[in-house]
Amino acid sequence: MRQDDEDLVRARQKSRSIVMAVLLGLFVILVFAISLVKIQQGIDAR
Amino acid sequence: MTPATPLLPPADWRDFLALTKPRVLSLVVFTGLCGMLAAPVAIHPVLGFTAILCIAMGAGAAGTLNQWYEADLDAMMKRTAGRPLPAGRMERQSALHFGVGLGAFSVILMGLALNLAAAAILLVSILFYVLIYTVWLKRRTPQNIVIGGAAGAFPPLIGWAAATGQVALLPLLMFMLVFLWTPPHFWALALFVKTDYANAGVPMLPVVAGEKVTRRQIGLYTIPMAFAAVLPWPLELTGAIYGLSSLALTGWFALLALKVAARTTGADDAMLPEKALFKYSILYLFVIFAALVVDRWMA
Repeated sequence: MRQDDEDLVRARQKSRSIVMAVLLGLFVILVFAISLVKIQQGIDAR
Repeated sequence: MTPATPLLPPADWRDFLALTKPRVLSLVVFTGLCGMLAAPVAIHPVLGFTAILCIAMGAGAAGTLNQWYEADLDAMMKRTAGRPLPAGRMERQSALHFGVGLGAFSVILMGLALNLAAAAILLVSILFYVLIYTVWLKRRTPQNIVIGGAAGAFPPLIGWAAATGQVALLPLLMFMLVFLWTPPHFWALALFVKTDYANAGVPMLPVVAGEKVTRRQIGLYTIPMAFAAVLPWPLELTGAIYGLSSLALTGWFALLALKVAARTTGADDAMLPEKALFKYSILYLFVIFAALVVDRWMA
């Protein structure tokens, strides 16, 4: 593999990893928020 | 021994985003949001956001699987040749995995966070777009977008179901409006990109039946579309804000459609009325759904 190709692969891997990490972080926050809402709705329904 | 295919570098994340057809998503998200906001039940903002996210991801998954299946067709059309798969920027298998994963994730999240009715309709809409429209109808019949148009009509129904857990007459009429709006909208486009479809062998109506028939069909489909658009008012499902807005907006749509239906063109026609109808049809759907939400909120 040429140096240019290797740099391209590394750059793509890095940017995809960053995007994936951000999305996973946002998903964790979303699940946490959904859980809070569901718990509150459960309490209100009693 | 077959020659080894050259390995592609990993696709850029922007190419995965492009697979979801972000421009189409805007209309899907908007109609889904309007369906949700027009429902008589207030939904918690977090759950509402999740529902819209699921609708967007489901539509993105359907768009991805559509591009995965149609990479050969896309390569033959100027409008779509630059997409990640025909342009050779991504492995086909990556697109398949991304589409299936995104679709499954959207349905499961909708089922867990909202309700099973919304999740079931979302699943049906994804399967309808991929299996019925893309795989079955698109390459076989000029009626492809008539029946396939149902796939794009599901979002308001899903939005309503996400808020209420059930389906009612008003979201069904919203479904019918988008369903009947699709043929005039797409056939107006097909009239001015006819050669692109013909080159790719897609049996769009202007390619198979000719311009005259297509123009007549645009006019004919506008009639039931107009009924579906205006009907919520006499049925007392909406008030005068929606009623008067829908009358004015649909009247203008009908006028543009009539202009297209009554026209005959020469060889080098600029197709201006067709382009005007296509552009207005997009604006029409945005504004009529916005009017519905405003009407319901004012009531």
